[in-house]
Amino acid sequence: MSKKIITPVKEFEDLLTPDYKELIADGPYNSGPKTIDDLGSFREIIEPHPHCAGCGVSLGIRLGMASLPSPEDTIIIGTPGCSYFALTQSALNYSCTAFGNQNSVASGLKRMLKIRYPEKHKDVLVMVGDGGVADIGLDYTLHSWFRGENIATVMLDNEVYGNTGGQESGMTVEGAILNMAPTGKKFPKIPVFEIAKTSGCVYTAKVTVASPKKLGEAIRRAILIAREVGPTYVQVYSPCPTNLKFPPSQTLAIAKEGEKSYYKYEEYMTDEAKKYLSRINES
Amino acid sequence: MAQGKYKVVQGPEAYFPPAAAIMGVTLPDAGDAIAEGEIVPESSAVELIARKLKEAKNPVICPGPLIVWQWSDDASPKAAAVKELAEACKAKILPMQDYRAKRINPAAEISPNHPNVTILHNEIDVCVFVGVHSHFENVALRLIRGGTNCYTIALSEYAASDEAMISLRDAGVEKIKEIIKILKET
Repeated sequence: MSKKIITPVKEFEDLLTPDYKELIADGPYNSGPKTIDDLGSFREIIEPHPHCAGCGVSLGIRLGMASLPSPEDTIIIGTPGCSYFALTQSALNYSCTAFGNQNSVASGLKRMLKIRYPEKHKDVLVMVGDGGVADIGLDYTLHSWFRGENIATVMLDNEVYGNTGGQESGMTVEGAILNMAPTGKKFPKIPVFEIAKTSGCVYTAKVTVASPKKLGEAIRRAILIAREVGPTYVQVYSPCPTNLKFPPSQTLAIAKEGEKSYYKYEEYMTDEAKKYLSRINES
Repeated sequence: MAQGKYKVVQGPEAYFPPAAAIMGVTLPDAGDAIAEGEIVPESSAVELIARKLKEAKNPVICPGPLIVWQWSDDASPKAAAVKELAEACKAKILPMQDYRAKRINPAAEISPNHPNVTILHNEIDVCVFVGVHSHFENVALRLIRGGTNCYTIALSEYAASDEAMISLRDAGVEKIKEIIKILKET
């Protein structure tokens, strides 16, 4: 995408509504890359979220959107689920796929963009829930990693199918009782993070929404490394108060608790990814 | 599944009327246009558009993303022509800035996801879509004829819109100028 498409024609400039004028003047497109530290000082590309109160997924999306190294050259690929509701409202190129199909669509788009814009990096970021990555789209996701596609995959792990009433997902913790899993889940979380490392991902990180800086840095690194080195994966714990039955005000506390046990911060990258990152950081 | 003789006319027709294409309405070839579901010569459609705009109590032009933003060098001249058209028929301009399913201010903009809100809020009796990508234009126009009595006109860049009550294809600056000319002469 060229910055021309976020530049209004002069004839209609005065007719734009204030939110668009703010996006042009104070958004992240024209004023250089933004980070989590800049939140509150610029017009974000995401609208007020339509999720339940205290939603961890909406926070994950907001933090992720604020960490994009080059939003005007980014396309987000989503799939049905809670994440979809906020992503469709973001002022970014966005494509929603059939459920689980996201990494296949992302692979095709990335290949096409490489051919169409050989001189420029066009970032393809898959941002979907745990159902999209670990259950319904697991085969497509794994195959995109095996093939070494230059795409970044972010799982917003709320450990449940939230918007359909609370069915267990592969990422639900063992024993968890949900609306539609009344006797508790019978097997542990699928180790997608570990699988990613052995399936071709050159960078992986496990973070929670309670550590915004780490989350922002992980997503930024994942996108940058995916440009040239290979597939990357970030797993974000984004607890769901509605289905996991805790007060909305406790989302960050629950995420912090997770950091002490099964959601400890972890980051892995290959030597090639490390070299690439240090090279672009120096430049 | 051609049904034959299906008319694309002012609504409200239904909560969500059938797609005109499914009901047998076809798109015009070059030199033709479409009026209320039938193929007509382009010149008569241009005259009809001018008449509808002239007679309208509250005409509104809705420029879409293709001419609101500088996608190409063609956007600005077309935007200027659309602005001139609005002045010629004393129409208000409410832009469709993009296609996001976000909350809108119906007094100042229109969205393809719930265009009825803007049409009803502003009591628009004739609206003109121009510079809107066809797939969003089709859905929005169908929602409008489903839920309002607004008369819809589409000035399409490429293949015309079968969901509009009148639509021109290949509607560039020249064709917009033709409408302006008729408006000024009558």
